[in-house]
Amino acid sequence: MFLYNLRLARLSLMKQPLLTGLMVLAIGVGVGACMTILTFVYSLTSDPIPEKSDQLFAVRLDSWGPDEPYDDRRPDEAPWQLTHADAMALLESPVPTRHAAMRKAVFTAVPENRDVAPFLTLSRMTGGAFFDMFNVPFLFGGTWDEDADRNAENVVVLSKETNDSLFGGENSVGREARFGDDVFRVVGVIDEWQPIVLYYDVNNGPNNDVEDVFMPYTIGDRREIDMSGNVNCWKDEQIDTYFDLMQSECVVTQFWAELENEAQVAEYQSWLDRYTEGQKALGRFERPTNNRLSTVTEYMKIREVAADEILVVMSIGVLFLAACMFNTIGIILARFIAKAPVIGLRRALGASKAAIFRQHLVEVGVVGLAGGILGLLLSMLGLAGVRAMLSDGDRAAHLNLELVLIAIVIAVSSAIIAGLYPTWRICQLAPAGYLKTQ
Amino acid sequence: MEIRPILSAMWRNRTGSVLVAVQIALTLAIVVNCMFMAKSRIEFIARPSGMDIENIITAQSLGFGSDYRHDETIDADLRALRALPGVIAVTPASGIPMSGSGSATGYKTSMDEDAPRETANYYRFDEHAEQALGVKIIEGRGFTELEVRRADDENYDRMPPQVIITKAYAERLFGDEPALGQLIYDGLNESAEVVGIIEHQYGAWVHWSSFDNVMWFPQRQEGPSIRYIIRAEPGQRDALIPVVEQTMQELNSSSRLVRNVRTMEETVATSYEGDFAIASTLIVAIILLFVITGLGIVGLASFTVRQRTKQIGTRRAIGARKRDIIRYFLTENWLMTTIGIVIGTVLTISLNYALATAFEIERLNYVYLVIGMGMLWLLGFVAVAEPARRASNVSPAVATRTV
Repeated sequence: MFLYNLRLARLSLMKQPLLTGLMVLAIGVGVGACMTILTFVYSLTSDPIPEKSDQLFAVRLDSWGPDEPYDDRRPDEAPWQLTHADAMALLESPVPTRHAAMRKAVFTAVPENRDVAPFLTLSRMTGGAFFDMFNVPFLFGGTWDEDADRNAENVVVLSKETNDSLFGGENSVGREARFGDDVFRVVGVIDEWQPIVLYYDVNNGPNNDVEDVFMPYTIGDRREIDMSGNVNCWKDEQIDTYFDLMQSECVVTQFWAELENEAQVAEYQSWLDRYTEGQKALGRFERPTNNRLSTVTEYMKIREVAADEILVVMSIGVLFLAACMFNTIGIILARFIAKAPVIGLRRALGASKAAIFRQHLVEVGVVGLAGGILGLLLSMLGLAGVRAMLSDGDRAAHLNLELVLIAIVIAVSSAIIAGLYPTWRICQLAPAGYLKTQ
Repeated sequence: MEIRPILSAMWRNRTGSVLVAVQIALTLAIVVNCMFMAKSRIEFIARPSGMDIENIITAQSLGFGSDYRHDETIDADLRALRALPGVIAVTPASGIPMSGSGSATGYKTSMDEDAPRETANYYRFDEHAEQALGVKIIEGRGFTELEVRRADDENYDRMPPQVIITKAYAERLFGDEPALGQLIYDGLNESAEVVGIIEHQYGAWVHWSSFDNVMWFPQRQEGPSIRYIIRAEPGQRDALIPVVEQTMQELNSSSRLVRNVRTMEETVATSYEGDFAIASTLIVAIILLFVITGLGIVGLASFTVRQRTKQIGTRRAIGARKRDIIRYFLTENWLMTTIGIVIGTVLTISLNYALATAFEIERLNYVYLVIGMGMLWLLGFVAVAEPARRASNVSPAVATRTV
């Protein structure tokens, strides 16, 4: 029966190829526009680490000055970063399963091979726990141990790309790499790894690349490093040197903790509150206690990774699809009503309402499918356009299998929804009236 | 022209008419809102920067290792870059305006601890800054060579005694009072005298509401990073880029990296790329929607004409002229478009209201609504013209033939 209906649909659609083409075009353009935008929003809002995103918490303490909140627009939020001193203190907490402070710094890599020019590397200064916390895959070796963190040893984990540049892609574990004047021991090389949203550091730009090298955070406690990333200050302090900055009230460090269950979260929250109470006694933390733990997805929402503008464009995209659908409904309705005499004849020969209904639903389904495929092609074109316009749009503007399926479902279901009313209308027609005119 | 038969024909096919009207209404709402938002973006991108962006090249030098000498490297770079033919002026810089990265801090106009502060985006430039950026100092003067502090100056960490500020910042700090010669204070109550006022210049962050709060210090940025702002003679910029890079590489490539030698235009375009992408997306949406709606009207009208061939023939046979047939279809379409536009006006305003409430978007300027209405009326007219003409060519004989 389905095949028979398909054949009927083909015959009916081929009879008016221009109108059929128009319906497919309208659905295609609507779905194409919608999918282009949806792909972008999806990439920016989907959970980057679903297996444990509810166990990873961005840790924030409100150490800001008493006169005004950190963010005027959202006075309830704590600063995005911690002071260096607070980060070092939090690292002493026994509560979290794992935790890591982090900031960004710049190092110049000097290859052993003198023919290769020195090059700039961005470094994530963090703890050895970082890699396990964020499920970073290793190609060679692994992370550094706790002693390396404690003693601020010169150890480094390289990205695959940096390992390629410095060691020609060989297993470099145990070898020495020079950064500026300092020699570091390579303990690991990570495999290709690039979350679409750099969710562990949305402060410095959620579209940034994963860093080139990883080094112990504590190195920056011992000696001066070239910082990169945000520094925000509220207090009038004399800050001349790097070490003045490290001891100041300026917030410079991000902090993540891994907490496995609610009890642990509650315990950590009260540990943090006790810590800030203790600091209040020393005259710090003059604002009301506001220590925040936010999961990965909560924090992405708080930091508005998907900017308002994109959401505006998305609402426009949905309306756009609606306009295209009304276009299609109009055409389908006109076509079906014109077919009334034929339908009348079929009804008179014994076709039930349900059979007529199914037949026409198959017809609009075919149109929807064709529109969906056209829509997919158009959204690829649209995404190529977005990639051309945005230097960092590269990662977010890609379709994946899931999105392709969503596109087909949107197209077919919207075509069927568009076809429902016209189909219902023609099923209601009394056959007799149309038979008379034959 | 008799409207009654048209209305009664539309009433008989009211669902079809309503669908066309709804589509036109949605098109109007989307097109007008998109047009308005695209226009805001384009105006935002086109704001005058105050600088000669088209002729500026920027470059970064990043020192490393213990052999690196910051001030000596800058001295040599500046000497060589300034000697290049086609270069108007060069200043060492702590950052590149409109690049999205920079520093800002709050200043006040008295020693009073509670005095209100106004945040400025500050830069460290030397005495060539005015020429290198191509800005205009409208009051006072630029820096002198002696005022500029080197990075190894023992007083480097103190606030320099002279600053130059933009007119916009001067007005925010001092209101109507003249700012020239006044003192400004930082949080630790160190002070500096305003020695010059810039007519207009933008700072680092294109989306910052006080984008034109800019202040210059007569200082060299501390190491190991330094940037250069190099203004070329008109037409020389692109040819100079490789020359600048090579000159710097030859001077020192053993203890510093030469990076990001590029046009300022490119930097500014990158800062605005999100706005540009949104404006382009909106414009593409407008065009596509017009095409779809236009084609929809053509398709439906052609279809109706074919359906009504017999009626048209009959009308022709009983005396209607070609003109009457054309006018019939034009009027019918005009009526549907107008109903659509009326519904669309309400929809447009509600959509703008909803967007403005949810996302901090400007309220609609109604000029765009009027433009959108005009465009849709025109679109409806153009789209139905050809089907109507075809209808008018139906021969009166058709009426007799198919009976």
